[in-house]
Amino acid sequence: MNRNWPTRNHPTYWAFVLHRVSGLGLALFLPAHFYVLALALKGEAALDSFLRWTEYPMVKIAETGLVILLAIHMAGGLRLLALEFLPWRDWQKTLIAAASGFALMVGLVFLLRAY
Amino acid sequence: MSEQTKAGATITVEIWRGREDGHFDSFSVPHEEKQTILDVVTYIQRRIDPTVSYRFACRIGMCGSCAMMVNGAPRWTCRTHASKVLKDGKIRLQPLRNLPVIKDLVTDMTVFFDKWQKAGGRFEPSQPGSQEFAEVSPESKERAAASAGIECIGCGVCYAACDVVAWNPDYLGPAQLNRAWTLVNDVRDADRKGHLAAVAVDAGCHACHSHQNCTRYCPKSLNPTASIAGLKRATMTAALKGDL
Ligand code: SF4
Ligand code: SF4
Ligand code: FES
Repeated sequence: MNRNWPTRNHPTYWAFVLHRVSGLGLALFLPAHFYVLALALKGEAALDSFLRWTEYPMVKIAETGLVILLAIHMAGGLRLLALEFLPWRDWQKTLIAAASGFALMVGLVFLLRAY
Repeated sequence: MSEQTKAGATITVEIWRGREDGHFDSFSVPHEEKQTILDVVTYIQRRIDPTVSYRFACRIGMCGSCAMMVNGAPRWTCRTHASKVLKDGKIRLQPLRNLPVIKDLVTDMTVFFDKWQKAGGRFEPSQPGSQEFAEVSPESKERAAASAGIECIGCGVCYAACDVVAWNPDYLGPAQLNRAWTLVNDVRDADRKGHLAAVAVDAGCHACHSHQNCTRYCPKSLNPTASIAGLKRATMTAALKGDL
């Protein structure tokens, strides 16, 4: 039968999808993060050559994406905590907008500081 | 035909036929301005194909028996105007999502009501046999919370809209948890702990992802998500106090 239910097309569902996707993205990144940290154990040279690589603009942009993912996941998490632990509020959409705005802002600040 | 009929306009109605495996049959129905989806199905069943199966009783939004998927969204069909949900002159009708299909537009609601019991949806009187009125102030916090969720007609629309039900067939469901929340807030009920224990299970209130599909589609404008959030808090507090 039908697979694409229109019941999913609304802000609180998108908020869920964003939260899930950013969470998965971060989980995938985590092994890479640990690997780089492990380089430090191998000695200064290995880590330093990696850190030099991160100075490339493309890598900086990718990093910005990472920071935005992190911000989305954190803001989304705070939204959920507010939703489920504080008394119910009907201004959900404002909360979602605030969360996305915050995530974007964090990303942009990172980008500005990177250059 | 009434004057409201747009001269000659027809709606193409596709209706699911069969059980889980089946196909769509297409019908052409004259379009009338104030016609509901239930009117459309009734027209088809009475004038075109008497073998079409569907359910209804009250026709005025009280009994909760007429819900089905209308162009992909769950709706109470006796109070949904065809003109509001038409898409390119078409209406596609399917049985409610997340429930076994018996035939055509008729689903088997057994699981839905069994889960009502599983979620502890039964009132436990604290003063059985009492002839006195229980005094509950309409202003009290508990009464307000119970009132907000009490008008449920058991139509299953929220249950069909919920993705968590689709992903985890054991999930108790929005209507069921909403009912449990009204009882947790019923000061006449003797078993608050029991109600909380019933919903604090694996596929209970904590499985809800707060998508709010349920709230968006509930025809009675109830807010099961808010009720479930209430249960999450109440079960959490009870667990911290060692009551659960
Ligand atoms: S808010 Fe919870 S109960 Fe409602 S549709 Fe979403 S997951 Fe289901
Ligand atoms: S909560 Fe709303 S949608 Fe769900 S069964 Fe009750 S009336 Fe229907
Ligand atoms: S027929 Fe009773 S609610 Fe629609």
